[in-house]
Amino acid sequence: MKEQDSKSPLLRVLFYLLVVVILVFNLFPFLYAIVSSFRPNADLFSTDLFPKAFTFLHYDEIFKDSRFVTGLINSIIVAGCTVLISLALGSLCAYALGRLPFRFKGPVLYIVLTMTMFPQISVLSGLFVMLKGLNLFNTRQGLIMTYLIFTLPFTIWVMTQYFRSLPRELEEAAYVDGASPLEVFWKILLPLTVPGLVSTGLLAFIAAWNEFLFALTFTVTDQMRTVPVVISQFSGATSYEQPWGAIMAASMVVTIPLVILVMIFQYRIVAGLTAGAVKG
Amino acid sequence: MAKEIDLMERQRRLAWYLIVPAVLVVFLVIGYPLIQVLVYSVLKYKLDGVTPPSFVGLGNYLFILTDSDFWHAVAITLIFSVCSVTLEAVLGLTVAMVANSNFKGRSFLRIAILIPWAIPTVVSSKIWAWMFNDIYGIVNVLLTNLHLIPQKIAFLATPITAVPVIIAVDVWKTTPFMSLLLLAGLGLIPGDLYEAASIDGATAVKKFFSITLPLVMPTLLVALIFRTLDALRVFDIFYIMVGGQGNMATMAIYNQQWLVSFLDAGIGSAASVIILIIIMIFVILYTRFSKTSFE
Repeated sequence: MKEQDSKSPLLRVLFYLLVVVILVFNLFPFLYAIVSSFRPNADLFSTDLFPKAFTFLHYDEIFKDSRFVTGLINSIIVAGCTVLISLALGSLCAYALGRLPFRFKGPVLYIVLTMTMFPQISVLSGLFVMLKGLNLFNTRQGLIMTYLIFTLPFTIWVMTQYFRSLPRELEEAAYVDGASPLEVFWKILLPLTVPGLVSTGLLAFIAAWNEFLFALTFTVTDQMRTVPVVISQFSGATSYEQPWGAIMAASMVVTIPLVILVMIFQYRIVAGLTAGAVKG
Repeated sequence: MAKEIDLMERQRRLAWYLIVPAVLVVFLVIGYPLIQVLVYSVLKYKLDGVTPPSFVGLGNYLFILTDSDFWHAVAITLIFSVCSVTLEAVLGLTVAMVANSNFKGRSFLRIAILIPWAIPTVVSSKIWAWMFNDIYGIVNVLLTNLHLIPQKIAFLATPITAVPVIIAVDVWKTTPFMSLLLLAGLGLIPGDLYEAASIDGATAVKKFFSITLPLVMPTLLVALIFRTLDALRVFDIFYIMVGGQGNMATMAIYNQQWLVSFLDAGIGSAASVIILIIIMIFVILYTRFSKTSFE
């Protein structure tokens, strides 16, 4: 469907109209949230796209709120550790699945693919009881452990595709020179998969950062809550009076770093998302 | 020769060492809890630390399957899933085709469609809840200012208006994922096909139905499976936007409530198993469908 110059002007206008509609639909809610986060409470019901008065009050307010700051720190620790563990375990496993001879490769890969789509809700009670039994309920370690459910199979799957796509000649030359399989992995293949590690790492980080169900179910105190749960529980003096300005400011604080990361690593992220899914 | 066999042997041994840790972790966080869920589902198991678990057979399943709240949750989840996934497929394909065309600002569009995807679901739910707020929400203010509605509407108070809003949030958030997958799928279609079709005088509509759609179908099916499985376990959007309103609980919310609010691991687990079965039925339907249409 390449746009051609021979197309009639009317079609071209319609096409650009469609582009504008897509842009507005995609960007408006985000921009509206940014504007709301800078709007003084008195102007909150105003519909002007650009606020007449700017205030940093809401940002001040949330950074003075220890629940929000603690939540932010917890989220960074939980998402960060989840990513590191998934990448370490996942890339080793993916090297074996993508590069080494192994009898049950087919079944293992099939299980990994099934696991990437596994619904987390189905093991909720099992994990709940398990975490209590291990004394990991309401801890960051417990959350990190459960987050591996969705980050590890995904990391293994995508990294296996990366390892497979590397040319054979590289490692053959190294084996001729007497390198061991582990050296081949560490010195030759791993450096080549850095782009893959970046994209899977980012995707795993985003997934862990955004996770809500487990964080809500497996933590109970303000010390252990992650930031999505904190935002969901922001409330005003009464339940009818939500502090929308502060909620929007907090929302922007947790979102803007992600949006910037996504813009910088756009191509890597798209490659990671579509790996596997399109090749099937 | 001996050296090669030796190398093969070392590689095979290393493969085991590398795979085992990941497999153990996966078993610990998925396999073991899943087995536990199956066991708990036939127990009367209160998490109050007082009552010891006792065997009830299929009692929990019977309770859930005769609970009108559960069927209501199933209905809400199915309506939500069918509507949002259908809309996402149609809009996703539209956006993918636009992003696949040559025009000025194409790279900007490609970044712009990624933004809703990068926003945490909790945040997007809050943003949309704010936009649809009954008093200050921009939607209500705009609609009343334009005299399109006589008085402000409490969109999130009843299912008739809340479910469409929630579907819109989901469509907004996940259409990018659909578009990206489809964009990659469109990239695999050889350009010669369109040129040949143009020479034969095919119209744009004809080209869409005889080239684009059939060739992007495998990708579309994969995307549909991913999205359907995600939609069927929807939790966050409903919890944030209409949480606490029993008449708008999804299957996952029903399940989580039995576990956390009523501390009943028995019924919570049986609900998990039923949800898993419903999800598996969809997977089987999809794989059946993709087999019959590609063989």
